[in-house]
Amino acid sequence: MGVVALFVFSLLYISPGDPAAVIAGDIATAEDIARIRAKLGLDEPYMVRFGNWLWALAHGDLGVSIFTGLPVARLIGQRIEPTVALTLCTLIVTVALAVPVGVVAAWKVGTWIDRSVMGFSVLGFSIPVFVIAYLLIMLFSMQLGWLPVQGYRSINEGWWPFLSHMILPSAALGTVYMALIARITRATMLDVLSQDYIRTAQAKGLSSNQVLLGHALKNASVPIVTVIGIGIALLISGVVVTETVFAIPGIGRLTVDAILRRDYPIIQAVTLLFSGVYVLINLAVDMSYTFLDPRIRY
Amino acid sequence: MSAVPAALAAPRSVSPMWRGFRDAFRRHPTAILGGVLLLVMVAAAIAAPWLWTVDPQALSPVRRLKPPSGEYWFGTDMLGRDVYSRVVYGARVSLTVGIAVAILSTVLGLALGMLTGFVRWIDAILMRVMDGLMSIPAVLLAISLMALTQASLENVIFAITLSEVPRVVRLVRSLVLSLREQPFVEAATAAGTGIARTLVRHILPNTVAPLLVQGTYIFASAMITEAILSFIGAGTPPNIPSWGNVMAEARSLFQIAGYLILFPGIFLSLTVLAVNLLGDGMRDALDPRLARRM
Repeated sequence: MGVVALFVFSLLYISPGDPAAVIAGDIATAEDIARIRAKLGLDEPYMVRFGNWLWALAHGDLGVSIFTGLPVARLIGQRIEPTVALTLCTLIVTVALAVPVGVVAAWKVGTWIDRSVMGFSVLGFSIPVFVIAYLLIMLFSMQLGWLPVQGYRSINEGWWPFLSHMILPSAALGTVYMALIARITRATMLDVLSQDYIRTAQAKGLSSNQVLLGHALKNASVPIVTVIGIGIALLISGVVVTETVFAIPGIGRLTVDAILRRDYPIIQAVTLLFSGVYVLINLAVDMSYTFLDPRIRY
Repeated sequence: MSAVPAALAAPRSVSPMWRGFRDAFRRHPTAILGGVLLLVMVAAAIAAPWLWTVDPQALSPVRRLKPPSGEYWFGTDMLGRDVYSRVVYGARVSLTVGIAVAILSTVLGLALGMLTGFVRWIDAILMRVMDGLMSIPAVLLAISLMALTQASLENVIFAITLSEVPRVVRLVRSLVLSLREQPFVEAATAAGTGIARTLVRHILPNTVAPLLVQGTYIFASAMITEAILSFIGAGTPPNIPSWGNVMAEARSLFQIAGYLILFPGIFLSLTVLAVNLLGDGMRDALDPRLARRM
């Protein structure tokens, strides 16, 4: 995380655009710009600024948005709900679908079921998330009229409004992730299914369900959970795009707007936040190994 | 039964090259399909000016937002530009970015990876930096890099390369670490071969196959990343017709002019699919152990 913080900060430091000049506008004089620079502390040396920034960060202060003048932490706070809702929905649905699909594909290896799962998986890797998103909107919202085109409803406004606005974004966002998890599940399951203890289990007359779920899936769980953790990166980058397509007022939209306005503190904070979440999730995944496989000790 | 004598009698009539192709196709039909599809795309990108295209930047307010027709195959956008021409020329941008990023990140990753695999103190420092970079999701890293620099094709390539390199370094490092314990490397060292020569003559050739596969996947993901960057307005500058740009401009119009999204989207997906199929085929061919599983 130290490297990430230094990196994120340095990025903004070396950036060629001068935020002070951006705020001051076109008709500002050199003195105006200098005054704004001093006010923002932009004229201090690199290490001093980094120190100040880290100190503020440790106090939960993510800085102030250059464009709106509001604290970044508050801006993120306002936008976090839709993003968390979307990511959680996608995560749960995707994992709940992809793992069984991968298991079935491994069990029926070589059959048309297996082939179509693998075919879907390659397709899922190849179609960018916003193309899937638009295809889904065109089909389900515009042609069939089943679901709303864009927008977001808070869960407080009732279950159905919330869910109906969540189905298409989740499906679009989850496709790549699902392709990845299904693929890895199938590969590890095939690996495990060729082990001796599986043959033993079959030989002692256990049903195929017991063998698949009780013996095989349990032993295949470590790589699968690892990929679920790593794949969160796909979800995070997908969220930015998905929120843009579906006009969801979340952190992704905040980021895209910030990019267009060169609002560095927001980009800085979002990158840091997402990376932090990503690192924490993968830490949790590492810790879960001890539960999934008692042979692993730390 | 009848097939056997026919096959025995036939070989002379089929040219060896064609036979090799046919065998390869039989073993990896999807990979060959991907290769052919990619070749078609590359050919189209190179031959763009002769493929019945007009100037992709030519504005014509009179013919704004015309749906696809005999005259404008893929329709026209809100500035009256011919979408077919923009899509065909867009292939140049996507493929250039994909190939450039694949080559750059593979070469850079190879150099850094070999270095970390053999020099301990560099390893400690460099791998921490790489871990740091890897803990920032790749697309997000590219976005924040692009947000800070001027939008240009070179910067897009640079930003995506930087977000792909850590993974290549990781791969090369692990390959080098396992290779340097191999008897043939030990033998070379015992025979008095210097580090540089060992690296080039003994380690390098053994990293080619996995790197080739990795490079193909980077090719595919770089094209997607370029499109994502352009789509959210942090990528290729708008005066260059890239697939991502064409779609980005159609963002607010997709309800009335879905074809503006559809055609570049299909081309992008097909190209990425082609590269992915090729990559899968190469991995199967180069690593038979994995072939049946992935």
